[in-house]
Amino acid sequence: MSIHATPEHLEATWKAAPMLRVEGLCKSYSTPQGAIPVLRGVGFTLAAGASLALTGESGSGKSTLLHLVGALDDADAGEIFLDDARLTLLSEHARAAVRREKIGVVFQQFNLIPSLTVTENLGFQARLAGRYDSAWQDELTHRLGLTELSGRYPEELSGGQQQRVAIGRALAVRPKLLLADEPTGNLDEASGDKVMTLALDLVAATGCGFLMATHSERLAARLQRRVRLESGLLAPQ
Amino acid sequence: MKQTLWTLAALLSHWRRRPGNLATLVAGLAVATALWSGVQALNAQARMSYDAATAAISGGGARTLVAARGGLFDQDLFVKLRRAGVDVSPVLEGAARIGDKTIRIIGVEPVSLPRASPIAHKRKRADVLEDFFSGEGRGFAAPQTMRRLGLAEGAQPQTERGRRLPPLAALAEAPPGAIVVDIGVAQRLLDRPGALSRLVIADDAAPDDERVKRVAGEALRLVAADDESELARLTDSFHLNLTAFGFLAFLVGLFIVHAAYGLAFEQRLPTLRTLRALGVAPPNLVVAMACEVAVLTLVAGGAGVIGGYAIAQALLPDVAKSLESLYGAQISESLSLDLRWFLSGLVMAGAGAVLAAASGFAKALRLPPLSVARPIAWRAEHHRYLRRQAALAFLALVAAACAYGSGEGLASGFAMIGCSLLAAALFLPVALAGALALGERLARRPLARWFFADGRQEISGLSLALMALLIALAANIGVGGMVEGFRQTFTRWLDARLAAEIYFEAATPADARDIEAWMRMQKDISAILPVWRAKTRIGEGPVEIVGMTPHETYAAHFPLLEAAPDVWTALHAEDAVLVSEQLARRRGVGLGAVIGIPTSTQVWRARIVGIFPDYGNPKGQLRIDHERLKRYFDDASGVHYGLRIASDATARVIDNMQRRFDGKIARIIDQSELKGLSTDVFERTFAVTTALSTLTLVVSGVALFASLLTLSDMRQARIAPVWALGATRRKLAGLELMRVMAFAAVAAICATPLGLFMTWCLVAIVNVAAFGWRLPFHVFPSQWLVVFLIALCAAFLAALVPVARLARAAPTDLLKVFSNER
Repeated sequence: MSIHATPEHLEATWKAAPMLRVEGLCKSYSTPQGAIPVLRGVGFTLAAGASLALTGESGSGKSTLLHLVGALDDADAGEIFLDDARLTLLSEHARAAVRREKIGVVFQQFNLIPSLTVTENLGFQARLAGRYDSAWQDELTHRLGLTELSGRYPEELSGGQQQRVAIGRALAVRPKLLLADEPTGNLDEASGDKVMTLALDLVAATGCGFLMATHSERLAARLQRRVRLESGLLAPQ
Repeated sequence: MKQTLWTLAALLSHWRRRPGNLATLVAGLAVATALWSGVQALNAQARMSYDAATAAISGGGARTLVAARGGLFDQDLFVKLRRAGVDVSPVLEGAARIGDKTIRIIGVEPVSLPRASPIAHKRKRADVLEDFFSGEGRGFAAPQTMRRLGLAEGAQPQTERGRRLPPLAALAEAPPGAIVVDIGVAQRLLDRPGALSRLVIADDAAPDDERVKRVAGEALRLVAADDESELARLTDSFHLNLTAFGFLAFLVGLFIVHAAYGLAFEQRLPTLRTLRALGVAPPNLVVAMACEVAVLTLVAGGAGVIGGYAIAQALLPDVAKSLESLYGAQISESLSLDLRWFLSGLVMAGAGAVLAAASGFAKALRLPPLSVARPIAWRAEHHRYLRRQAALAFLALVAAACAYGSGEGLASGFAMIGCSLLAAALFLPVALAGALALGERLARRPLARWFFADGRQEISGLSLALMALLIALAANIGVGGMVEGFRQTFTRWLDARLAAEIYFEAATPADARDIEAWMRMQKDISAILPVWRAKTRIGEGPVEIVGMTPHETYAAHFPLLEAAPDVWTALHAEDAVLVSEQLARRRGVGLGAVIGIPTSTQVWRARIVGIFPDYGNPKGQLRIDHERLKRYFDDASGVHYGLRIASDATARVIDNMQRRFDGKIARIIDQSELKGLSTDVFERTFAVTTALSTLTLVVSGVALFASLLTLSDMRQARIAPVWALGATRRKLAGLELMRVMAFAAVAAICATPLGLFMTWCLVAIVNVAAFGWRLPFHVFPSQWLVVFLIALCAAFLAALVPVARLARAAPTDLLKVFSNER
């Protein structure tokens, strides 16, 4: 199976019906000095199999937008549709189910479960969602170069290794949408590139949508599209 | 379901990586459960023995007729009732000694015993029954009683009166600590010819009060089957005290569980957030956490109940001897507990675990998948925590005040102690935070400032363990102060009360007259002080009446709490009486009041001319003139005497008496031996209390160790930056040790006034309500110093392992803090 998408395939996916639709999203944080608006009416779409880089300076709201799309936080206003499910109207229970079954998240700080081994971490979300596929897990383990590390605990891994486990965990569930928040932020350039290549290969293999927040223009250039967040609004590039 | 199971697996995997923390959590819950269920086992065993004693004869459901004013009654009444068609069975009970063991002799009439009586069932064993009546008869004792007495089947031991028992046979249904014989044999053994203790009414022929009155006049009263037995009523306070201390120990144990679980929750917070981010819904998270608690309950609770059994087994001999010495209650010295006791221990462990984990559940329900970083989060959270602690402490203090205002009962006394301990414990973190803030302001050097500032951050993690330590230290000071104060008062009282050099008990009143006649001719004996006794009932309680002859010994030595100016003259010349403190309190009477005393023939009204302390006696006691005792109580046992002699003649007189009268003397003892026996009873009575209070202190030490061990991983993140900036690991470890010991010292300092307050509550409220006597309030500064040193030692030992780990921490471990910062 080819893991690199052809230009024709990409063209088709851009024009396909959007799998993710975000409309007029607003979010502000209250502080003792008053509310600080972070997002002020953000909107975009993402088709299945497409990838989108979200760039912007530190504090521009990239992570906030990712958290809202990932059903991890509540928006003040606006709508998020994932596969026609209106996330903003869902109950806490239903949002948890969406996160479990449809979304894979790669956090900047990895957020692996420290008491579980690499293998256990990799399969954890898939098992939660009832979609554990041992063949797929073996393939992920192999492709991510984690075979030798399978019995280790997160604290025994380097940053790059932990990040590969985090990517594997997010993809093991075969999500509709993969979210990555500065996925190489803690890695050096070479390691970051390697991890990114792996991630993109696997995203192409699963056909999921990929939304990545990064401040690196170089990394952003590797995705199909990129948008920039400035003053709480999206500026196309 | 699957989701919950995988979540549970992730939660449990935490313990796989931290077996030490799991061990402290399990140990905490197990110890708490063990202390609680151990005490419950002791109480259950004692109550089972009381019930067995009652049920063995009457079957437990039968009503009985007893002497209206207590004591014995004539068996003519039994004959009259039988002739009147009332189906009753006679029973005579009394104490005898075999060797150095006291035993209850129960005389029954087996043919007329109610059918429900377990002993009556044995009537079917014709061979045994025949023995009961024929020849020299037969005595039945429970196998454990035979073992305690060191007797084999067929043995015929002698009592202290020189009476030989019929051959003994083991009978499992016999009440513990008793020998059941035919009623005629019992009357002979106890030297009570023609006397009975009670009549058991056959269950299908219970007569009403009127019918009994027609036949027996006012001599008998009916006791309902469901009335608590006299023994159970008398020992209630003893068991309540035991329960209260068991509960206190359980609470302190719960602090360990709360601390260990709370810290584990904090450690697992990132994991919980990750689980939420990965799609675990809050209810599933809580269900998984509840399953985890259930598993812990089963493991730790089960271990705790087994530990409780071991504790009860270890303490049972002391409790049994205390109950026997204080109340004459015989309880089995081997535990036989049922499934209900085991399950109730598990339920208590589960309730404790849920209580300890409740705040974790609540947080998990509200836990957002994201943690918003706020630079002032810790400070704001810490202030909120301190405000909440102070508010709760204030509420606990108000509750203590309400308990004080609600009366002077046992429950309000314990509630007051409990609430004030809780208030002080809740306030401790606030006091510590204040002290550290002050230290931070006064400190000049940077490391000293960090020492205080960092200490404030450590408070919330250690607060529960420190609260447990405070409560345990206060309980130690409180209970220790009460026991030591009681010991001093008791010793002084005993010295004054036991003024005669020799005490003896004649085998029978006739023997007593013979011995008395001989004694009057002895030059060594300067005074013969008859201490004759009778029984009556005043209100609902049994009362002893003791006669006193006019003699300077009493005027010079007999301790009185309050007395009329002419007390000794009035006692012998007028209708006057001395009342024991507990009886005066129970009846609500004081000096000068007139009290009605039922005698053999009438109600004698006497003026109270003195109130005397009577420590250790659960029954009320009246002291009256010896001649009046003889006149008013024709069934008084005239066998007890005290003798005044020159102290160097004591051994000679005892020797002479023993050689001359041998079998006529049931017991003879000199003053020092009697004091030794009384002191031994005292020590045994408080052995359990002291053991529980010490165990509570040990538990709190474990709590501190558990918290420090759990915190040590988290501490690295705070210590590593200071280390990176140039402080040595040894220096930082030293500071850690100093901080923990300083915390313990503050806890010990706060525990001192709290312990004194607890002593006061025990002395002025609990003892008064439980036993009826009020002790003088003593303070023991040397004891405070010991407790202070114990606190420092406990803190030192608890901190040793975590501090040593820090001192030896490899630089790579400390560097990990920077590479894995989250």
